[in-house]
Order: sequence, then structure tokens, then C-alpha cells
Amino acid sequence: MNIHEYQAKEILNGFGIPIPRSRVALTADQVERAAKEMGGHCVIKAQIYAGGRGKAGGVKVVHHPEQANDVAKELFGKKLVTIQTGPEGLKVRRILIEEAVEIAREFYVSITLDRESSRYCLIASAEGGVEIEEVARKSPEKIHMLTIDPFTGLRPYQARKIALALGLTGVVCEDCVELLLNLYKCCLERDCFLVEINPLVVTKAGWLLAMDAKMSFDDNAVYRHREYPDMVDYSQLDPLEITAGKYDLAYIKLSGSIGCMVNGAGLAMATLDVLKEFGGEPANFLDVGGGATREKVAEAFKIILEDSDVKAVFVNIFGGIMRCDVIAQGIIEAASEVKCILPIVVRMDGSHVEEGKKLLQESGLNVQIGETLGDGAGKIVKMLGQGGN
Amino acid sequence: MSILIDKNSKIVVQGITGRSGLFHTQQCRAYGTNIVAGVTPGKGGIHIDGIPVFNTVEEAVRYTRANVSMIFVPPPGAADAILESCDAGLDLAVCITEGIPVRDMVMARAVQKDSKTRLVGPNCPGVITPGECKLGIMPGYIHKPGKVGVVSRSGTLTYEAVKQLSDIGLGQSTCVGIGGDPIIGMKFIDVLQLFNEDPDTEAVFMIGEIGGGAEEEAAHWIKENMKKPVAAFIAGVTAPPGKRMGHAGAIITGGKGKAEDKIKTLNDCGVVVATSPTRMGGAMQEALDAAGTTIVDAPSK
Repeated sequence: MNIHEYQAKEILNGFGIPIPRSRVALTADQVERAAKEMGGHCVIKAQIYAGGRGKAGGVKVVHHPEQANDVAKELFGKKLVTIQTGPEGLKVRRILIEEAVEIAREFYVSITLDRESSRYCLIASAEGGVEIEEVARKSPEKIHMLTIDPFTGLRPYQARKIALALGLTGVVCEDCVELLLNLYKCCLERDCFLVEINPLVVTKAGWLLAMDAKMSFDDNAVYRHREYPDMVDYSQLDPLEITAGKYDLAYIKLSGSIGCMVNGAGLAMATLDVLKEFGGEPANFLDVGGGATREKVAEAFKIILEDSDVKAVFVNIFGGIMRCDVIAQGIIEAASEVKCILPIVVRMDGSHVEEGKKLLQESGLNVQIGETLGDGAGKIVKMLGQGGN
Repeated sequence: MSILIDKNSKIVVQGITGRSGLFHTQQCRAYGTNIVAGVTPGKGGIHIDGIPVFNTVEEAVRYTRANVSMIFVPPPGAADAILESCDAGLDLAVCITEGIPVRDMVMARAVQKDSKTRLVGPNCPGVITPGECKLGIMPGYIHKPGKVGVVSRSGTLTYEAVKQLSDIGLGQSTCVGIGGDPIIGMKFIDVLQLFNEDPDTEAVFMIGEIGGGAEEEAAHWIKENMKKPVAAFIAGVTAPPGKRMGHAGAIITGGKGKAEDKIKTLNDCGVVVATSPTRMGGAMQEALDAAGTTIVDAPSK
């Protein structure tokens, strides 16, 4: 689960990490008022669920409140396309107004999960303000990494080594030690998957400040934090992905025309791969869960059909222990309810598969049976072609 | 022979009184798995389907000599259940539970790593030695006793692969679903190592997916150490970057974890990679032919 920069900063600030003076605004007038409070000279930052905003025109320095108003008017409602958003971009609905700060030096710090060691890992670099992946590619020697022992936690001496490696000395170095310890505390207490400050700056006055922050929470731990669901900005998510989330289905919108419903993430990915191999373009990734139930299958079917790009539907269920006749029933109910006339190919395996196939064939739907994964993919691509598309 | 489990394994089910815990206990039992005990805190003393239920794993072990656990405990208590099975000194814990918070797993994994208990999962379909012992949620009927070891990060995709293998007459020694989470117990290499040493496994099929670098690590290990032919499939060749494809682990970030890189590394290390999920069985056969290995029908166990 992702949150906005301003929300991440508020949380960091709650852990004693210094952030610039700031306001969040939903209208251009609010932006102007906030800019006035900051003395006119400030930074306007579009809040979207993606990085790379600066290069896409989402971050601007202004010098007067009126100028802030103009910039805000231009940004609100605009779709920002950055290297992380994909070609469709993300709409700006919230703006962060921040005091302008005179920066002496910029750094990168983050804590994230390291799969290899199964531990959290602190990453720091003296190259701040640029993407860490880029630094890793160009000058890996500038990246400092430390895996954190879950029993001792991050120790001050370890944090100090990192701060010194960044070239910090004296009071700022000790401030940085405290900041890193707090960052780890935040990561644990808030169940973060990633918490990143980039850049972390030293101002000309000699203070540390988190100038930009990114935080994403572990989806599996959301149940421990009652406030998290309310923090989601739904304007940043695809409406169908939101609906899918409500039914605990993993759905991702893609650009093609074949709607896909598969049980299990690995098989779902493989299904997209095989469709492309046969010359088809999947409209979505949808995992109804390894043990697909009749209700989930029905909901998933409706979600797929809500996407107007979908011209055909491919269902691939390796039922295993689930009964195929029950799944077939779910498909038939959902298709009848939404009056689906699109071509459908169903490939099923599992117990009671013959009963399931029979139900589908007698349902009156425009449905064909795929005997294997390859057979099913071939059939749906062919049916789509015949439909004139 | 086989790896991890066989007909002599004595199973304790943690979370046996839950809906899916009980359902799958019954399914496993019907397959022939020797389930000797269940554990549900607060329900010790009762019997469920004739299986004695205990309050703790330690108790279950003391009375039934159980040596392997299958965990169906819901996410909030699942990491604790793993720790408890390690504390009881079991040989193996197979955790089926999906959705355990990462922070809990960091701790549980750190303890488990230094214990004598092996961990498979979490968020996995389980382990099966066909014809002997089924420990998990996979459909038993698609499996056939034989000599191909299967190791996979996925669930239903593994069923697809196993079915393709069985259909062309390649039975399996043991199939291990290592799970789709970023923090798991046994990794590809740990399982490959066991298959390498198992006299009854003559070849291995490995199923990976986008995200992380475990497949690449495994590829290098295979090149250095593996004495048996290996074939593989990597799901997600067409996955868009930056999106989480269902599994928490399946995400391509910053140009790392791409399927094409994994496939290239595997190929470079001598692994036959199926170019399509429809040809997983075929790729295994190809690897066997290339190695000059002929698998005759497995002797009945």
C-alpha cells in the first residue's frame, strides 16, 4: 500500500525526523494562502503515487503567492506522466506547499526488506536527489548497505558508521545517527515495506531535513493499523483495481482486449505469457486466489466485463481441490446476470471437470472449452479474430 | 526415497480446528498421509475426526512422536506457530498460511534459520511425495510416483507443470512449493541440494517467476554443483514493470527481477528453459534427452 509524500513526512515527523514547514491544499486558493504564509517564496509539489515528478513538471519553485496560484491552477486535474506512471499518467488532486530551503548537501537514505538475508536493510548514499537505481548502476561504490539484525535492532555505532561514510562530521553526524535510528523505529512500528528519504539534506544553516519521502506499507500488516485504509487516495488508483481489492482479488489493468480470469498468481502470469505467444493481448491480470470459490469467480467475471476494452474472456482455472462444476456455475451466473454476449473460452482442470464442461456447454453462453492451456489460448485468439474486433 | 517427507512422516496439523485446516487435514488423510495430531490452543483434549488435539506442539510431540508440522494458523498467529514448531524440535514445518506480515516473518525466519527445523513456505501449496505423503493443499490426483523432483515459487502453476509431467509419463519424487512471499524458509538452492543428494531423483523441474534474484542464484548453483539434468519455466515474461503481480514477491523494480534476465542466466548455466507454459513437460523431456538420461517407470513404492 502506497501513500503520498506529505503523509509519509507527517509520519516521519511523528518519529522525530525533521521535515520542512509545509501545508497540503486541494484548491488553487488554498495553495495561494499557504504560499503567503511561507512568505511567497516556496516549492509547489504535486502529490501523486509515483516518483520522477520533478522532470515531469510536477515540482515548481515560486516566488509570489499569485504565482503559486497560477502554478496550482495548471497542476490541479492535470495528468502527470513520469517514468514511473506509465503512459496514461496520474491525475493531480492534492498539492504540497513547502518552505524553500537553502541546501548545502543532499543524501539518500532508506530502509527496505532484503530478501536475500531475510532482514531489513539500511541503504545510504552521498548521491541524493537522484534515483538510487541509477546510482547503483553508475557508481555502486557510493552506496552503503547494512542488514539489520532483528534481535539487536539498528545500533547507534552502526548508524554512526553510515553517517561517517556519508561524509558527515560533528553535530550533524550525531543528528544523522539519531535520524537513522528513528527511521528504523518508524519502519518497524508502521510495518513499512519501504521507507525512503531522498533527498535527505543538510541546509546551509546546518540542519538535517527530510526534503522528499516515500513510504509503502506491508499489505499483510494493514490489519494492525486502523488508520491505514483511510489514508488511501483512491483518485490515484484504477477504479477497477479498487473494486477488485474489495473482493480480495488481485487485478491489474493492462492494455489489450482479452479479459483474463485465472486462479493463482503464477498461473495468471503464465496465462498472460501464453496469450501473447498466440498473438493475443491480455486486457488484465486477475488472480481469483489459489482456491477459487464460486462467489469470487462471479465477482471477478463482473469486474472483467466492466472494462469496455474487453472483447473476449479467457478463464483458466486449475481447480485442484475445488470442484469444476461449482466454478462453472459461478461463471454462468455472473455471465447471465451481466448479459454477457462476448466470446468466452474456459479451460478448467480439477475434480468434476466433465460436469463443469457440460454445464457450460448447455448454458447458452457464447462459450468454448479449452482442453489444455495452449488449446484454450489458441481458441480465444481465434474467436476474437472472427468477431471482427 | 524422496526428500523432506515420506510414508514414515508423522504429521501434526497446527490450526486443525479452523475451516481450511480441517478440510485439508481430511484431504491429506484421504491421500494416505499419517496425521497423528492437531494443535489448537484452548482446544486441547478433544478429538476431531479421531485425531487428538493438543494445546501446544510440544505436547503433541510428547504424546504422538510427530516430527513434521503443517501450519494453517491465520496470519496474526502464524509466525508464532512457526516459532513453536522450531521450539518443539520438529524436522520440518510446512506453512501454508498466506498473508503473514513481513515484520513477523523477519523475526520468525531469524530464529528458524538457527534451529534444527526446516521451513517450507509460508504462502505455499506445500510438499508432496506422490503415493506416500501429501502435506498441503495441492490436488493429489495429478501427481504420479516417479523420479522428477519439482520445486516452485508458485501454486497452481505447479499443478499445471506436474500435470504436464505426469501426462508424458514423468512421475515425481517429491514436489516442493517454496512459496511466493519475499521471506521464505527453504529457497530453490536448499531444495535443489536435497534433490541432488536423493538417489531416487534423477532430474529436476524448477518453476520461477519475476521478482528478486533467487532464480539467478539457483542457476549459478546448478552450474557449479548439480549432477542431474534441470529444466525450468519462468512466469511473467510479459509482465509490466513496477506492478505487483499477485504475489508480494512478484514485482519488477528498477530493472531488476525481469523474466528475460532470469531465463538468460538459466540458459547460460545449462538449464533448459521452457519457452512457453504449454511446454513445461516437453522442456523436462528435452533436458533428459540432452543428458542421455532415460527414466524408466518408477518402481512402485
